[in-house]
Amino acid sequence: MSNLQVSVYRYNPETDSAPYMQEFQVDTKGRDVMVLDVLHLMKEQDSGLAFRRSCREGVCGSDGMNMNGKNGLACITPLSDVVKNNKLTLRPLPGLPVIRDMVVDMGLFYKQYERIQPYLQNDTPAPAIERLQSPEERDKLDGLYECILCACCSTSCPSFWWNPEKFVGPAGLLQSYRFLADSRDTATSERLSNLEDPFSVFRCRGIMNCVAVCPKGLNPTRAIGKIREMLLADAT
Amino acid sequence: MVTNITSFGRSGLSDWLMQRVSAVILALYTVFIVGFLLFNPNLDYYAWSGLFNQTWMRIFSLLAFIAIAAHAWIGLWTVTTDYLKSTCLRMGAQAVIILGIFVYLVWGIQILWGA
Repeated sequence: MSNLQVSVYRYNPETDSAPYMQEFQVDTKGRDVMVLDVLHLMKEQDSGLAFRRSCREGVCGSDGMNMNGKNGLACITPLSDVVKNNKLTLRPLPGLPVIRDMVVDMGLFYKQYERIQPYLQNDTPAPAIERLQSPEERDKLDGLYECILCACCSTSCPSFWWNPEKFVGPAGLLQSYRFLADSRDTATSERLSNLEDPFSVFRCRGIMNCVAVCPKGLNPTRAIGKIREMLLADAT
Repeated sequence: MVTNITSFGRSGLSDWLMQRVSAVILALYTVFIVGFLLFNPNLDYYAWSGLFNQTWMRIFSLLAFIAIAAHAWIGLWTVTTDYLKSTCLRMGAQAVIILGIFVYLVWGIQILWGA
């Protein structure tokens, strides 16, 4: 079997005047390995290649990247899912500033996450043991709490590309709804009033790129719809 | 807090609601006009002008004109804030758009009540 042709985005701001694509020939020995394994094989050829990885099993969210045009986690994406005609093109997550090669500056992404106050707020006196939830109330958090903040969704969203300072983005909004839907949180109206401007939530045009790429199979578009419903119910 | 002063209703929620309500009005108006044309294959000037002489038709048409003005402003405002990054260019485009919408609206009212 012929070697896999891999084209990788390279950019070192200290030495390169512009980003370029570097070609690699990678021998996968015919096995259907993960894209992250291919990156490690390329690093053996060129140790200067920079990319993030940590748990290598889809839990930490470090190795989000654009593989043949679609965002995903390199560690849990088998070659058979993305490779076409024996070719693989790897680029950093779109729309974020590149620090080096596949490593992007996630500052804007985290800033939007911080803005939605991703922690439980409750101004009532703490009970002796814990704040209880009924199984039904707990069920509402399923599909929301599993997000690992890999940024695959937000960086595949054109609304986030054009207005990353103002639009919270699908990842942040999914977490926003996670706390809006939490029966133990009492800051609902403050949270909603921070979201009713034309950008934070409403810049979502519902194209559902976020749903198409989420490696955890979550649905930010549905959460955004729920936030809109809550805003509407609160204001009419 | 994200602020803005040029969007239609100064609030994402009201803009979003207005966009949907105006879309429903425009859909109803379109269905009505297309239906009217289909059921009157030999349409002449008198039938057409007779339709628009009815007060309810003028109210319905004015409602549709206002709906399209609001719908266009909200939609094009969104497009300009997405794609025009230079403040000067964006404000210029927004001014041209709002002027165009205003002219069409007044023109439409004149046509409705002028004949």
